[in-house]
Amino acid sequence: MTGGWTATIVPEDAAAGDCAGVAPCRLISMDPRLLHDLKKVLGAGGVLHKPEDLLLYEYDGSVEVARPDCVVFPRTTADVVEIVRLAKKNRVPIVGRGAGTGLSGGALARHGGIIVSFARMNRIVKVDVENQRAVVQPGVVNADLSLAVAHAGLHFAPDPSSQKACTIGGNVSENSGGPHTLAYGVTTNHVVGLEVVLPSGELVRLGGTTPDSPGYDLTGLFVGSEGTFGLLTEIIVKLTRLPEAVKTLLAIYDSIKDATETVAEITARGITPAACEMMDGWTIRAVEDYVHAGFPLDAAAVLLIDVDGLREVTEAEALEVADVCRTHHAREVRVARDADERELLWKGRKNAFGAAGRFAPSYYTQDGVIPRTKLPATLRRIAEIGQKYGLQIGNVFHAGDGNLHPIILFDERNEKQFRDTVRAADEIIEFCIQMGGTITGEHGVGMEKDRLMPLLFSDADLDLMKRVHDVFNPDSLLNPGKIFPNSKGCGEIYVRPKATPSAPTA
Amino acid sequence: MNTRTTTPIFSRLNEIVGNPNVIADPAQLAAYEIDGLRPSAVARPGSSGEVAEVVKFAASEKLAIVPMGAGTKLGIGMPPRQYDIALEMERLDHVVAYDPGDLTLGVEPGIPLRRLEGVLAGHRQFLPLLVPFMNQGTVGGTIASGADSSLRQLYGTARDFVLGMEFVTGEGELVKSGGHVVKNVSGYDIHKLMIGALGTLGVITRINFRTFPLPAETRTFVTAFNGVDGACEFRDAIANSHLRAQSVEILGAGQGNPLPGGESLWDLVGDGEWSVVISVTGNRPVLERYHRDMEALARRADGNLLESFGELSEADQETVAAYIREFAGTASGQISPTAIFKISTLPGGLAALADGLVSCAEKPDIPWSMMMRGVGIAYFKMIAADGTAESLRRLKEACNRVFRGSEESDGGRAVLLTCPAEFKSEINVWGKESGELPLMKGLKKVFDPGNVLAPGRFVGGI
Repeated sequence: MTGGWTATIVPEDAAAGDCAGVAPCRLISMDPRLLHDLKKVLGAGGVLHKPEDLLLYEYDGSVEVARPDCVVFPRTTADVVEIVRLAKKNRVPIVGRGAGTGLSGGALARHGGIIVSFARMNRIVKVDVENQRAVVQPGVVNADLSLAVAHAGLHFAPDPSSQKACTIGGNVSENSGGPHTLAYGVTTNHVVGLEVVLPSGELVRLGGTTPDSPGYDLTGLFVGSEGTFGLLTEIIVKLTRLPEAVKTLLAIYDSIKDATETVAEITARGITPAACEMMDGWTIRAVEDYVHAGFPLDAAAVLLIDVDGLREVTEAEALEVADVCRTHHAREVRVARDADERELLWKGRKNAFGAAGRFAPSYYTQDGVIPRTKLPATLRRIAEIGQKYGLQIGNVFHAGDGNLHPIILFDERNEKQFRDTVRAADEIIEFCIQMGGTITGEHGVGMEKDRLMPLLFSDADLDLMKRVHDVFNPDSLLNPGKIFPNSKGCGEIYVRPKATPSAPTA
Repeated sequence: MNTRTTTPIFSRLNEIVGNPNVIADPAQLAAYEIDGLRPSAVARPGSSGEVAEVVKFAASEKLAIVPMGAGTKLGIGMPPRQYDIALEMERLDHVVAYDPGDLTLGVEPGIPLRRLEGVLAGHRQFLPLLVPFMNQGTVGGTIASGADSSLRQLYGTARDFVLGMEFVTGEGELVKSGGHVVKNVSGYDIHKLMIGALGTLGVITRINFRTFPLPAETRTFVTAFNGVDGACEFRDAIANSHLRAQSVEILGAGQGNPLPGGESLWDLVGDGEWSVVISVTGNRPVLERYHRDMEALARRADGNLLESFGELSEADQETVAAYIREFAGTASGQISPTAIFKISTLPGGLAALADGLVSCAEKPDIPWSMMMRGVGIAYFKMIAADGTAESLRRLKEACNRVFRGSEESDGGRAVLLTCPAEFKSEINVWGKESGELPLMKGLKKVFDPGNVLAPGRFVGGI
């Protein structure tokens, strides 16, 4: 094509046999005709394309950066179908996006193209109290759904720390977790059906409102596919009854080892708290300075534990949990007196990342999972790795299910420190894998951990995943460059995009 | 398959799994029939490597394999289009990794459910799989058939507690997905596709589970109702309360209970037409609370028979639990032709569904019984009076009526789990096709391009 717009997707290295991943594509330039067509569908207010407008969409909650060529705002399923058709006709990549709070670059346009923001598809379509179901559009904010059904004594159980901003569409794409998924399960356990626009432009319904649809569990496969299978337009979720009683305990320790051993024993005793979170001393001080929740400044670690259920259950479990804490040398176990106190403690936990961000220009959060019995050894190893590179690493995580979130503080202007940060993060992940764990528990692989996938999966495993990907998304039109290790064997393993606003897409 | 091709199959299987692990004697092969089809040979692999070799051999020779555990649920699905080798997985029966402290477990598929139950009980843990054929079945067969359990009320189904799998694809590749930790989003959840797939995508060689602590004590309450509406009203009241039962089942039977030994069961669960059985767990104070609150909720529901609310003794609890557990299975050697449907609906639609199902059976005068799970699943069993052509005709008519009824209603999707094999020439046991079928067929092509694995048994001819 000459003149006008040559939106050509050039496979970079598509022929390289050792690159098991999706052939990455790069957008060469933007066609004004495509912009015009998009505006025709969505109205001028439904398309952003000026560089200054696109700035915000270069980022998500991760340290990655990638510039889209335009951002569109559909209002209806029909809009989404039109957008996908136009993108397909013009062979331009499309990437779905909720609130952009993701932590693995899932909602970034790694190879440019169109970001489809679901900000305007944020309607709760239906609430069915009797059957404990809700039908929502993907842009509905997680906490808004719980708020909308609270009058009926229900809530949407997955509760990522970003729940006041993140969307249910994003939660479904990443299979998000949260503190209370320890007892209630992650997003996939609460999704029964989906309406999806495939990259072919076809609209399909997976699952339904009723349980156990005959055939393969496509809904289960779709949840957590990180936006690489289709664009969500409607989600059917289960709603969960709020517990009769909740007790929140704060156990304070002078050693991290004692705190981690407490977690192992709670699990071993067969107690499943609703949540069991840990913060180390550094994080406690960062958080306390920020939210003033009364966390002890001199502690080495705290455990924040929720038990819930019937009154009789919580009474007994709270006593037993407190007993385990004391057996493992907790110097104090506090029980929140009322809902306000409970909320304040949880506010501290949920704002830990924000608090950490005040201590360095950047931070890098990992998401490895280990068997719970390996917590003491793993935290020891993380401390050693921090010392080795001279990096401050805070720890705040879902201890109850062994899902770590070490926060590595760094200054991206310091090239060496940035590289050390990535190396330290990789060493932590490698240790998690050695312990029998995994590279990501709830944040997703995205464009951040794709290169780590071969540490966990064989070529045959990845090849099968790639072929499953191709059943839905054969031309990698949708969210290209994610999950699969693109740069495997290409010598770029440690090269990461620099975190500056004007960074080029490549 | 004729004898000319049988000999080379036999000798190659011998090479792969060893002589004692190949069966080709026609008399013995009869036990491996599916809907009247007999395989040419049975191979009993002892490792995932041997599984892969058998599948590769079958793929290269265009032979069809049906993987199986104890063979208790081979009647589920349509008859295979081709069936050369029965791949019996019972030698792969090891616990590969069990970390009680982490509540995680990795097992080979051939391990019997009861043996695994014993291993877990040794650490006061369990898997919430109270499934049909509990005394014979294997873990692999249970997962591959998608069997659900009354405990799903509290614990969900296999998709909620299977953490990862290893399996051999139709091309003989040994692959894995998921992992061995309780939380994991690394890569696609491919193992979820294997659950209930009847082995059409891969031969499962390892399953990783999260395990659960055994509750301190279990209690079972029963109460009877004059109509299904009241029973469902009681279910709704439980769902709207803070009570967390581990199972809620509504039982009904028409024209007297058609089940062997059923009379004594009905003595236990009350003489109303419909009974509700609830199982709860916990410590003493909680159990007392459950008793009090459940009884109050039951009495408030319409048509509750006074004085019918009761707590079962430990022995009766076992009897009732076994009835519920085995309801969707047909005892081997069952003489009368039986049809069992599984129909899903929303909990609020259970009463209407029950009415519809009963009318399907009563018109052709077929004895029926029903078990509905509180989450919105109904199992509907109809038994022909005898094996005569007339009673089979009436049973088939009733089956067709159930399918028609479910197509007309918006919620429920019906699957005919068990029926006389001859019905399958006229009835598609999977019910109406969904819009998901093209994607499912696309996936089948990826996992098993040569149609080696159980071809034709699954939905849409997969």
